[in-house]
Amino acid sequence: MQKYSVFSLIKNAFSNHQNWEVAWKDPTPKREYDVVIIGGGGHGLATAYYLAKEHNIRNVAIIEKGWIGGGNVGRNTTIIRSNFMYDANARFNEFGMDLWRNLSQELNFNVMFSPRGIINLAHSDAQMNAYARRGNSMRLNGIDAKLLDRDEVKKLIPMADFSDEVRFPIFGGLMQPSAGTARHDAVAWGYARQADDMGVDIIQHCEVTGFDVVNGKIKGIRTSRGDIKAKKVGLCVAGSTNILAEKLNMTLPIETHVLQACVSEPVKPLLDGVVTFGAGHFYISQSDKGEMVMGGDLDGYNSYAQRGNLPTIQHVLTGGLALFPFLSRLKMLRTWGGIMDMSMDGSPIIDKTHIEGLYLNCGWCYGGFKSTPVSGWTFAHTIAQDQVHELNSELRLNRFSTGHLLDEKGLGTKTWIG
Amino acid sequence: MLYIKCPYCGLRAQKEFSYGGDATVKRPNINEEVSSEDWDNFVYMRKSPRGKHIELWQHIAGCRQWIKVQRDTATHEIFQTAKVTEEIR
Repeated sequence: MQKYSVFSLIKNAFSNHQNWEVAWKDPTPKREYDVVIIGGGGHGLATAYYLAKEHNIRNVAIIEKGWIGGGNVGRNTTIIRSNFMYDANARFNEFGMDLWRNLSQELNFNVMFSPRGIINLAHSDAQMNAYARRGNSMRLNGIDAKLLDRDEVKKLIPMADFSDEVRFPIFGGLMQPSAGTARHDAVAWGYARQADDMGVDIIQHCEVTGFDVVNGKIKGIRTSRGDIKAKKVGLCVAGSTNILAEKLNMTLPIETHVLQACVSEPVKPLLDGVVTFGAGHFYISQSDKGEMVMGGDLDGYNSYAQRGNLPTIQHVLTGGLALFPFLSRLKMLRTWGGIMDMSMDGSPIIDKTHIEGLYLNCGWCYGGFKSTPVSGWTFAHTIAQDQVHELNSELRLNRFSTGHLLDEKGLGTKTWIG
Repeated sequence: MLYIKCPYCGLRAQKEFSYGGDATVKRPNINEEVSSEDWDNFVYMRKSPRGKHIELWQHIAGCRQWIKVQRDTATHEIFQTAKVTEEIR
């Protein structure tokens, strides 16, 4: 594989960048694989990459109905953080932060990981107390957390509304300085390129139409491009989880909802890190191009549409304007939607299933992107070793029936009401 | 914007309604022994189909009645609405 570097960039400039190698091939599916990963999103690509790299399993195919980078990995708001209170979520995502820090070097692809910090704003004394508790839990798990008072917040985001008339005055906030953003497309492309180089077949435009299960054991899958035998199959399809589960006669603690995001026209550097509004559901960061990237609530009803309705955008941006009045003077560049696999406690599921050789990775709710590396890492371990890793030992499918929920935000079963 | 025909008030904008989830989920009968599995199915497990979906909405900024809506989860087309006591087939 051609190594990407400043020298290869200069060399290719002489031929007008016409002679770059393709980043990944377009193979015809083989009849049989050791492992088939369904879903060529960030998590699926990362899983295949770590299967090859950490477990030396290279006879692997990724089956993708659309194209690489066309799903949620290209639709999210690129936030990376590990500011969780519960041990299981904190340890899982902090392991992921370590993977992020070295990802550009590891993939030889600049994922533009930019740890500029995330601030969760508090608008009452009670909220400050809750954040102090969360911050302490984070620090006990070795995650950096800093409780900011009003003046400290004002130094970091002076453009927020600190006037006396606001309905939800800023009391302070909880900051994770090591959190940040990355370029989401680059994450997908970087994993795809490396996985392809290690022998993984990335098969795009191939829809899974059914499963071959004999005596409780997976034998293969049926696709729009023919039947493929597989010893093990990993399901990694985010918003399409329920559709494939139905083909397997499985019912899951997952509902599929649409989440919208939007960006403004690009402006000069204004906002350093990520900021979340504490009195509504609104978060904002500024991309390297200068666009303000914003998101918030789900539309709130089951949807597979990958597009939402304007009332939700209006509702989210009402919160945005309450926090940052300057937003009213910006033009909206575009809005879009992605479909979320909302788990019933707001935490993900990475586990084996009752079908031997079938593995499940789903339930990412609003926050799948930040966990892309660690999700792939632990899912690859679960598939290769046929057992969960310590990191995903509490992200089990049966936690709902046993009562061991990971309800980080206390939203119960209505995770879309937040 | 979705437009939902409330069986009590007529066609109204989505903003007047609040969503209540899958209307086909049945609560286990009271005063009977309920297995953990039945509770699990009732509380957590959802089919969440792509296509026609019968769901509950509440006309929260209107008559405040709960209603049933049959809607396509892929196209957002609304086929039928009914009172919560009525069946949608």
